[in-house]
Amino acid sequence: MTLLAQTEHFAGDPHWTWWILAYFFFAGLAGGSYFLAAFLRHWGTPADEAAARLGFYVALPATLVCPLLLTFDLSQPLRFWHMLVDTTPGDVGLNLNTGTPMSVGVWALLVASVFAFVSFVDALVRDGKVRIPIVRRVTGALVGRVWDVIGAVFFLFVAGYTGVLIAVSNQPIWSDTWALGGLFLASGLSGSAALLLLLMRYRRDAAPSRGFLEIGERLFAALELVLLCVFVLTLIDNRTLDEAFDLPWIPLWLIAIAGMLPGLISLAGHRLEPTPGGAVAMAREKASTFAPLLVLAGVLALRAAVIFSAQA
Amino acid sequence: MATMVEIVPGKPYGFFTDTSVCIGCKACEVACKEWNQLPEKDVAFLGDSLDNTGELNGSTWRHVKFIDHVPDETMGEGNGRAFLIMSDVCKHCQHASCMDVCPTGSIIRTEFDTVYIQEDVCNGCRNCIAACPYDVIAIDEDEKVAQKCTLCYDRLQGGMEPACAKACPTDSIQFGPLDELRETANARLARLHEQGIEEANLYGADDEVYGGLNAFFLLMDKPEVYKLPSAANAVLPGRNNVSGYLGWLVTAILAVFTAFVARRQRNLESAEQDET
Repeated sequence: MTLLAQTEHFAGDPHWTWWILAYFFFAGLAGGSYFLAAFLRHWGTPADEAAARLGFYVALPATLVCPLLLTFDLSQPLRFWHMLVDTTPGDVGLNLNTGTPMSVGVWALLVASVFAFVSFVDALVRDGKVRIPIVRRVTGALVGRVWDVIGAVFFLFVAGYTGVLIAVSNQPIWSDTWALGGLFLASGLSGSAALLLLLMRYRRDAAPSRGFLEIGERLFAALELVLLCVFVLTLIDNRTLDEAFDLPWIPLWLIAIAGMLPGLISLAGHRLEPTPGGAVAMAREKASTFAPLLVLAGVLALRAAVIFSAQA
Repeated sequence: MATMVEIVPGKPYGFFTDTSVCIGCKACEVACKEWNQLPEKDVAFLGDSLDNTGELNGSTWRHVKFIDHVPDETMGEGNGRAFLIMSDVCKHCQHASCMDVCPTGSIIRTEFDTVYIQEDVCNGCRNCIAACPYDVIAIDEDEKVAQKCTLCYDRLQGGMEPACAKACPTDSIQFGPLDELRETANARLARLHEQGIEEANLYGADDEVYGGLNAFFLLMDKPEVYKLPSAANAVLPGRNNVSGYLGWLVTAILAVFTAFVARRQRNLESAEQDET
């Protein structure tokens, strides 16, 4: 099954490499973390508030690094603002080209940064780290369910649009599939759940949310696996599978798949039950460093395999 | 030789490149570099037929391709065709992939209906490079912006034909108003077919490939042989917008559903623990 016709490619590659890889990685984590934080705050229990704040703390730095990475990747970094303003003589104005996800994504990232900043400050206020009354009043009035939900939608977009961006090209592999947007989103969510599980050790009051994040990570990993299968099927149909899974990229794909294993193995073993406590919990505490790191390595490797294999 | 062309803003102009009369002299490459002051970089013996240019890039906007067809077996008189030669250039597509995806508005269509990159607007994001199906655009290492053939925009504004067409000694590259070029091309094609050269074909003269190419070609073999996408393969990057966003949207909905499932399971477990 495919939504795309088979295409023969003669396009040159754009040399999108390390900066873009890092951007895709942080965009996925920023998007996933904000979504999970917003969900925990408004649809979780009061005990989930600590984990929600942790998510907002992660989302801002991960978001702020994104425009820097994008700027460094430009051949003319000082013209980064040309993404937002058309400087064509006689036709100066704001720039939004809805035909290209790059333009839509830049605006989404800009708007998401505002949400990330306000939610970050709000988390500081709620934690009592910032005691400026005006901040409390402003964020208190501003930050509510509607604010967080709108922010979460923007961040879900930021986490996944990168896959659509590379698909809207004439490059082999990227333009041969429609699954990359979803795949990057699922992978970003799985990585964000793992990252929050990893960071919980530094915030003990977030422990009540461990069960939610564990189950969520398993399901996101399953979703990622399904979308990886769809990705493979679409490439088979377009005869570019061998390019994507050529020998140099096999280690990256193996790491990407290994990154899904903690979630998938837990899903097979515990299904949708939180990992039991007692002696097992102690072993789990030790494993709670390795497994999330493996998931994060998988998030990075997945993007590296997709980005580099098409430009080989 | 071609007669002087009157150049009027608002009228579509282009190139008709007749590969059947190209002799591979590379005068077009030289003229292009001279007029546009493009540096010759990394001069090397490529060992690839008679081609030491290699490709179109940021400082090479005309490239004479040599497609080596030297057969292994001895050929008889008249069928020993050794090379296909083609002076390649930006096609100035009517449906231009590069223009579609440019996020800065740097790529515009000029008053002569050609596709032009404004180098003071481009920020070098390279999205156009990923989109161009002809591998025409590249980053100029000196200017640090995307570059390609301008169809000598500055010469057209001064009423002069592009440098490559002016320099071509065999009229393989012809410049003029598109409608006149198409008439010329159709007449040439008909003559070649009359002579029994059935493989001759026009590429981009009609609207089948990217809505028509302002720089179109008479080819002596299938387009794919020249590394040009056939009409069936000439697809725009925007074809993946809807399906790509749809894939993201379905996943986002599933992710929200997944989060609710995780919450429900966690809450059930917590309730059970509270009871015990």
